[in-house]
Amino acid sequence: MEVTNMTSVTSMPNQASMAGWLNMPDMPGMPDMAAIFPRIPLGQWLEAAIEFLVTHLAPATRAFSAVTESGLNLLEAGLDALPPALVIAVVGLAAWRVTRKVGLGVFAVAGLALVWNMGLWQATMSTLALVLVATLLAVLVGIPLGIAAAMSDRARAVVMPVLDVMQTMPAFVYLIPAIPFFGLGKVAAVFATVIFAMPPAIRFTCLGIRQVPAELVECAEAFGTGRFQRLVKLELPLAAPTMLAGVNQTVMLALSMVVIAAMIGARGLGGEVWKAIQRLEMGNGFEAGIGIVIVAICLDRILQHVGKRVGG
Amino acid sequence: MAKIEIRNLTKIFGPAPDKALAMVREGKPKDEIYKRTKHAVGVNRATFDVEEGEIVVVMGLSGSGKSTLVRCLNRLIEPTDGMVRIDGADVTSLSVKDLRALRQRTFGMVFQNFALFPHRTVLENAEYGLEVMGASKAARRDKAAEALARVGLGGWEAARPGQLSGGMQQRVGLARALALDPDILLMDEAFSALDPLIRRDMQDELLRLQDDVRKTIVFISHDLDEALKIGDRIVLMRDGAVVQVGTPEDILTSPADDYVARFVADVDIARVLTAGTVMKRSEAVAVLGVDGPRTALRKMRNHAIATLFVLDRNHKLVGLVTADDIADHMAGGVRDLAAIMRTDITTVPPETPASELIPLMAGLPHPLAVTDERGRLAGVIVRGLLLGALAERGGNA
Ligand SMILES: Nc1ncnc2c1ncn2[C@@H]1O[C@H](COP(=O)(O)OP(=O)(O)O)[C@@H](O)[C@H]1O
Ligand SMILES: [Mg+2]
Repeated sequence: MEVTNMTSVTSMPNQASMAGWLNMPDMPGMPDMAAIFPRIPLGQWLEAAIEFLVTHLAPATRAFSAVTESGLNLLEAGLDALPPALVIAVVGLAAWRVTRKVGLGVFAVAGLALVWNMGLWQATMSTLALVLVATLLAVLVGIPLGIAAAMSDRARAVVMPVLDVMQTMPAFVYLIPAIPFFGLGKVAAVFATVIFAMPPAIRFTCLGIRQVPAELVECAEAFGTGRFQRLVKLELPLAAPTMLAGVNQTVMLALSMVVIAAMIGARGLGGEVWKAIQRLEMGNGFEAGIGIVIVAICLDRILQHVGKRVGG
Repeated sequence: MAKIEIRNLTKIFGPAPDKALAMVREGKPKDEIYKRTKHAVGVNRATFDVEEGEIVVVMGLSGSGKSTLVRCLNRLIEPTDGMVRIDGADVTSLSVKDLRALRQRTFGMVFQNFALFPHRTVLENAEYGLEVMGASKAARRDKAAEALARVGLGGWEAARPGQLSGGMQQRVGLARALALDPDILLMDEAFSALDPLIRRDMQDELLRLQDDVRKTIVFISHDLDEALKIGDRIVLMRDGAVVQVGTPEDILTSPADDYVARFVADVDIARVLTAGTVMKRSEAVAVLGVDGPRTALRKMRNHAIATLFVLDRNHKLVGLVTADDIADHMAGGVRDLAAIMRTDITTVPPETPASELIPLMAGLPHPLAVTDERGRLAGVIVRGLLLGALAERGGNA
């Protein structure tokens, strides 16, 4: 059994030549796939489905658009209005107090000062606003879904395969439906980011709840705890550190999406990178990239320690 | 009517228990049922009663179905067949809502591994049951604090379970169950995870508590010493079936079968036997003011003994005379035993365990007097009697 498998693997053409073969159906000696089996118009079907949704969900998407856009603008304006020096000081202090590491406080101050110095402050605040709004939405949808998946096997059976698909789908693909629904711009970027960043919030919530020791659940049962009480009094408190780890990952995924989202009109640090790519300005591109890294490290470390605090 | 009536209670683990259940009813053994149906028999037609206010210890080897049985009582595990009645009301037919109410009001449960909630303080843990019931904050604070004080944890309210030793954690577990003031306590190997010394303390504590609160307690244990110590009655289980129900004495003196006998063989006999069970009535005593030295000497000679206990007219033990002492004083013409007898004698109450008697007896040149609470002579123990009793009980098993 093993042996035949091995030979069949080695005799298979590699993927690149497979793809080439699929693109060239007229190649002599090769059978025409379409002649044997008519081509399945999967793309057309999906397109039709999206078009259908775009027309029928228009009121909902418009409402989402309006709310998200105004929220985003408000947050961006607010962040922008704060004096950079104050923001840098507060973040530095927070990093130090929360992690109890002086080094991280110093890093946050120095890093953000560098960002300011490079003239990327406004872009950074814009990115931060986008990440925060996207995270908030992802968490608002993701945590209830995670709870549902933890509480019901049926919900889990639906949610988990969808998550698997979502997480293997290349991030760029999420840009495609975002545009017909919301047009080019920030809202489309937020939407694509939310979809991309949501899976960890769902997964970790579900995992955290399912990880609650069976003996504690049994004990709660023995004292006549109802299902909702069990969730509120036992499962959510014990799952909190795991859920926060999920939220942390959501933030990181949202941040990793900003460059991609810039392709459909998000500005901010991602926009700077995207501009630099188009104009082949290596220096500017790297500067913006470094800005993203600095923001990512600050957010990640602070959130990690918040998670530990909750757990301890 | 018994507090808990258990009738033909059966639990079969697996998705399709019908065939296994039929085999159980035919009396097929557990391994054969498992081989033929791939279903495990957890509890096999258990039938017994638990009376109000008694401690019944369910014991048996690991895997004999004790945990399953106790969980069938509050339906943490759904019985496959049979009946459980609490105060005459059938538990097996309760709706989910009524079952929840029953668990909240009637049962307190204590677990082997404590199962304390790590995110709650000691007080919040003790409050848990009341909180679930919807008691007011003030009421549950009071009752939880009272329960904690009862188990000797006053002052630890604000600590986290993780900061406490195992014994203290289980006291929290006990307080959590007691705070509800339930009729019935279910304790699944509640002390098995504790060190032997702490474990003895907890057993004493439970007995002391029981004197105050008089709960109906179903206590699971795999340790016969523990069962003999705290059980008013003992239920012995094997392979899911009840093999014997009886008082500790019944179990020790007339084991129902080899399985029980083997259990009994492992018992530390010296701790189970007491002064009261090994002593014999003393036929020969001297009575102060009635018997003189001469009479005393004659009684000793008649019974072939070298010492005689001296009682007053109310049968109270007052001293002891030896043949040598009398011989020494007879020449001097002493007529009253009071002048001859020794009064610095060792006495023990009847409930003293045999293990404590052995060292006491070792240094004693005369028999040990067992006296009741009013100081009257209940019996005497001679060394041979004690060793004989130990050898006999030990050898039997
Ligand atoms: N959830 C379960 N699924 C299948 N078999 C079980 C389950 N729980 C217990 N059993 C079986 O039931 C029997 C009794 O187990 P248990 O009640 O835990 O014994 P004890 O508490 O006396 O050690 C054992 O043979 C065990 O394997
Ligand atoms: Mg057990």
